[in-house]
Amino acid sequence: MNATSQKRGGNLWLSAAVWGFAIVMIYPLLWLLSSSLKHTTEVYSQAHKLIPAHFYWENYVSGFKGFAGHSFFLFFQNSLYVTIFSVVGTVIASTMAAYAFARIRFPGSAFWFACMMLTLMLPSEVLIIPQYMLFNKLNWINTFWPLIVPSFAGGAFFIFLLVQFMRGIPVELDESARIDGCGRFLFFAKIMLPLIVPAIVTTAVFKFIWTWDDYFAPLLYLNSAEMATVSLAIKSMADPTMETNWGALFAMSVLSLVPVVAVFIAFQRYIVEGISTTGLKG
Amino acid sequence: MKRTSKQWLRNPDMYAGYAFIFPWLLGLFVFSLFPIFFSLYLSFTDYDILSAPQWIGFENFKEMFTDDPRFVKSVKVTLLYVAVAVPLRLCFALAIAALLNMKIKGARALRSLYYLPTLMGGSVAVIVMWGQLFGLNGAFNSFMRSIFGIEISISWITDPSTALGSLIVLSVWQFGSAMLIFLAGLKQIPASLLEAALVDGASAAYRFRRITLPLLSPVIFFNLVMGIIGGFKVFSEGMILTGGGPHDQTLFYVIYLYENSFRFLHMGYGSAMAWVLLLAVSILTALVFRSSSLWVHYESKGEREA
Repeated sequence: MNATSQKRGGNLWLSAAVWGFAIVMIYPLLWLLSSSLKHTTEVYSQAHKLIPAHFYWENYVSGFKGFAGHSFFLFFQNSLYVTIFSVVGTVIASTMAAYAFARIRFPGSAFWFACMMLTLMLPSEVLIIPQYMLFNKLNWINTFWPLIVPSFAGGAFFIFLLVQFMRGIPVELDESARIDGCGRFLFFAKIMLPLIVPAIVTTAVFKFIWTWDDYFAPLLYLNSAEMATVSLAIKSMADPTMETNWGALFAMSVLSLVPVVAVFIAFQRYIVEGISTTGLKG
Repeated sequence: MKRTSKQWLRNPDMYAGYAFIFPWLLGLFVFSLFPIFFSLYLSFTDYDILSAPQWIGFENFKEMFTDDPRFVKSVKVTLLYVAVAVPLRLCFALAIAALLNMKIKGARALRSLYYLPTLMGGSVAVIVMWGQLFGLNGAFNSFMRSIFGIEISISWITDPSTALGSLIVLSVWQFGSAMLIFLAGLKQIPASLLEAALVDGASAAYRFRRITLPLLSPVIFFNLVMGIIGGFKVFSEGMILTGGGPHDQTLFYVIYLYENSFRFLHMGYGSAMAWVLLLAVSILTALVFRSSSLWVHYESKGEREA
């Protein structure tokens, strides 16, 4: 039919335009990848070319030399350490609190739930100075503690997400488990946890990405090179007062994005659903 | 029925409940409640972390609004950034989401591609890359020279007239999250409504304006609120790329707050700034909520069934 073929033609043009624009959008990321394989002199003299004249893998070797005498391995190790403990802490504390709010009717639960919802709206900037003073008093400056310990209190956004998810699980399950003599803690560990795995994965994935990318907290609390996370290390290597080996810096930049991309590829469904159903910012 | 305290204590659910929320509750007191009240107190003091806080009443607030041109500048810069970047980002997000919602080949792959800049955009690596892309000899200028023959001899990031603009482009580029939220919203719009309008001869533009937009308005509203709040708190991009410069052209509010608190050690002043930010965000959010009844269309349940 004429109308449909016309529509098909229109769609083809449209598809081409949408694909073309997508390429423009990810071009900067491709440029980063390509620059990481160019010799430093070529990065800027041939900045418009996406395929390097020679694939200069040495960037990845010299990048790993890091700075201030510390290998980049150390910065990855630091980031990994902080991120893994933060994720574990957030998941444990958030699922516990969410279970109490979703399933246990205890005196004060409504009040504390309201408090939690209020902290959702609170800009963290209001908390920074007293938190800094606290960690300073504890002698925790230039340690990983300030980056990890607050995670073990859970996160309001994640608790909310988990509560919503648990409300979708039939209450009859709790009752029949109780009749069978299953206590609260056993029920939580053996029955609830396996059922809420999707929400736990969403929590872990977002916490991972946010912590891995975080710049503010490391900037505030870590002030020596051997404690630097990947974020801090990349910023330090790009210091405008030093002569920067851009090829090496781009190589490390690419590697720093690998964990985030890997998590995205592995858990894409959770990320997309997490954002579109709860508005978690990605 | 009023329960006595003894019954209250015998309630096993109370112990279980507080046991489960204990880590969070402890964190609430130590990392949220204590800091928020303490920063309120600090905002009325002169404090440099080395010596004890000195009570000075409303001096910090007075100085901010009457005697600190950099504060005023930071407010202006941030407002301009939010006013331009947030609407632009939403427009891009909505346009792309509407296109992806049509029957386009590879819509799922496209969705991932458009989301990639948002996924990676928060990282220091991509922010540093942005500075080089739009640097004097970066890919953008190189492109202009080699393809269009246009010689551009400025670095977009360090030139005072374009620095803020290039940070706005960086923010608009990351429209992925808003796009995903719009896509989910678009999927909720009943196809029957759009088909009925098509049968009645309504043009695509008319259908978009009169059916899609009103039904999507709660989602637009949500994205707008989140965008505004996020925009006020912008920090890393400016801190890493421009450090607030050149000539304070990108002195975002939180950068100035950070400078005061941790560089000049004016922690009382920094706390006062944080409280002004808290109030501003709350008032603005309340205003947007208030105005929402004028333009947000909430469907009643009965209507949706029909």
